[in-house]
Amino acid sequence: MNRIQSLLEQDHKLLSIYFTAGFPQLEDTVSILKQLEASGVDMIELGLPFSDPLADGPTIQESSTQALKNGMTTDKLFDQLKDVRNHISVPLIVMGYFNPMMQYGVERFCQRCKEVGIDGLIIPDLPVNVYHEQYQALFQQYGLLNMFLITPQTPEARIRFIDEVSEGFIYMVSSAATTGAQNSFGDTQAEYFKRIGAMKLNAKLLVGFGISNAETYQAATAHSKGAIIGSAFIKHMESNGVASVKDFINQIR
Amino acid sequence: MSTYNVNEKGYYGDFGGAYIPEMLYPNVEELRQNYLEITSKDEFKKEFDQLLKDYVGRPTPLYFAERLSKKYNTKIYLKREDLCHTGAHKINNTIGQILLAKRLGKTRIIAETGAGQHGVATATVCALMGITCIVYMGELDIKRQAPNVARMKMLGAEVRPAQSGSKTLKDATNEAIRDWINNPVDTHYIIGSVVGPHPYPDMVARFQSVISEECKTQLQEAEGRDYPDHVIACVGGGSNAAGIYYHYLDDPRVNIIAVEAAGKGIDSGESAATSALGKEGIIHGSKTLLMQNPDGQITEPYSISAGLDYPGVGPMHAHLYRSQRAEFVSIPDQEAMDWGLSLSQMEGIIPAIETAHAFAILDERKFEPNDILLFNCSGRGDKDLETYIDYFKL
Repeated sequence: MNRIQSLLEQDHKLLSIYFTAGFPQLEDTVSILKQLEASGVDMIELGLPFSDPLADGPTIQESSTQALKNGMTTDKLFDQLKDVRNHISVPLIVMGYFNPMMQYGVERFCQRCKEVGIDGLIIPDLPVNVYHEQYQALFQQYGLLNMFLITPQTPEARIRFIDEVSEGFIYMVSSAATTGAQNSFGDTQAEYFKRIGAMKLNAKLLVGFGISNAETYQAATAHSKGAIIGSAFIKHMESNGVASVKDFINQIR
Repeated sequence: MSTYNVNEKGYYGDFGGAYIPEMLYPNVEELRQNYLEITSKDEFKKEFDQLLKDYVGRPTPLYFAERLSKKYNTKIYLKREDLCHTGAHKINNTIGQILLAKRLGKTRIIAETGAGQHGVATATVCALMGITCIVYMGELDIKRQAPNVARMKMLGAEVRPAQSGSKTLKDATNEAIRDWINNPVDTHYIIGSVVGPHPYPDMVARFQSVISEECKTQLQEAEGRDYPDHVIACVGGGSNAAGIYYHYLDDPRVNIIAVEAAGKGIDSGESAATSALGKEGIIHGSKTLLMQNPDGQITEPYSISAGLDYPGVGPMHAHLYRSQRAEFVSIPDQEAMDWGLSLSQMEGIIPAIETAHAFAILDERKFEPNDILLFNCSGRGDKDLETYIDYFKL
């Protein structure tokens, strides 16, 4: 069984952390991974930086731009992750846009993911129908799960289709927004979390976008399996340095 | 029958589609489901045609360029899109999209702009309809294109600087898309070219197709046949080209020529010749040819004309290139600038620098005396005066 699937079977709520690979410094990737695991996070999403990240707000855009300036490339990331499974046991997901994967060669990309021990992918601009028709078989061949996003505007029939295609979790975007931290969630979000919860989907739900602190983490996980934090974590590292990973995680839960 | 137009899934051959984040799906899907139905209704067509006539000034003339024809010993016609209100063909599309947006119940319009022409055309139709307008423009472009920024402001639009990435057109487009993600219900995004996710390339091409529709009638009157031997246009994203090619796409009697901006030369590292330098990939939701590094990071194009420095081309053009339906040529800055001067002095028409690129084909290849050449004179040069002044020390 894929590490993500095993994790989703566990009873407790999950905390997943996103960070941009190659940021703040090019060679920080593995050190951040180790600290995150030591801090007790359940899963980690590694951002493969892209020049034009459409779905991301300013924090992740800027970290991506900086990571590219630092010299991050697809090959570089796989090199950094070469021995990662000697140190890291939590599930690892690569999150990135589709163009760099296309240029690398989608099959070659999947193969390298498998070699280094990546468990899944999140590709915001690869629509579920294109994935289903053209790439799902390939991903399965390399044991990779592909996670899809839903938003408050996603029609019910489409959510059902995404649920059918999903083998891991569904990434529930908290609000109509690009990525970025918010301080609290309102009634609209609570209602949306409940509405989706009531659909009794097969896939477990993880909430992302706008989660920044203990309060939003609590609200997000009340009706879901877990939550994903990205921008707030990146901001924390920017202000407090890479060595302060544990402080951030401790204030979330 | 094989066609070079879009298929029912939103592809031109291998290119097109909608590679968009899920957050955009409802917006784009709403448009996809409705655009054909709305725009084919009589009442829509009536209002669209009326505005094109009374407000834009259509039909634009088809002008036989006598001196130019004599010099190059062939028959040269210019479709005078430069005479459209606001100075270029761009407004054909913004009129169409604003009417569509109204029928979709949208109350807020966003747009991206590079040189500012599409921004001005969007601000214009928003003023006309009394709808809120926000235009995203790269921070660098705002500095470079002050007169157009002022025009947009006079027209009541808010110009928001795109500060991410390279701070130019592609980043302005990213910002507009992010705005749309954040405002999925009340907002319509007016894309300015035949780029972006399906249905945008097809929708924009349809609104611009009025150009070749008029050419058919006008050529029939002038030459007794409704098609040229060669149809020629400059291509950045490719909306003026799509418009003048549209009704000739599947007519094998018509040779299609696309002229791209070579900038300082194809191998100089400062170019916008996407067909020569681009590879298949995804930009702004569309699978097409785009300029990128080997790692799939999108690179910044260069051309002296701000309207041609887009790192991709629309999927229609990518398909015309790959299928060899169209001939692609790229022209360096210098030749384009010289043609800006030549057209001014031979025909009394000061063209936009984008447009000037197209005419350089006359020096690149030979045409027969009886050949009918149809050029899209897509925009006028007022906006480029500063560049012309600097370049020619006027």
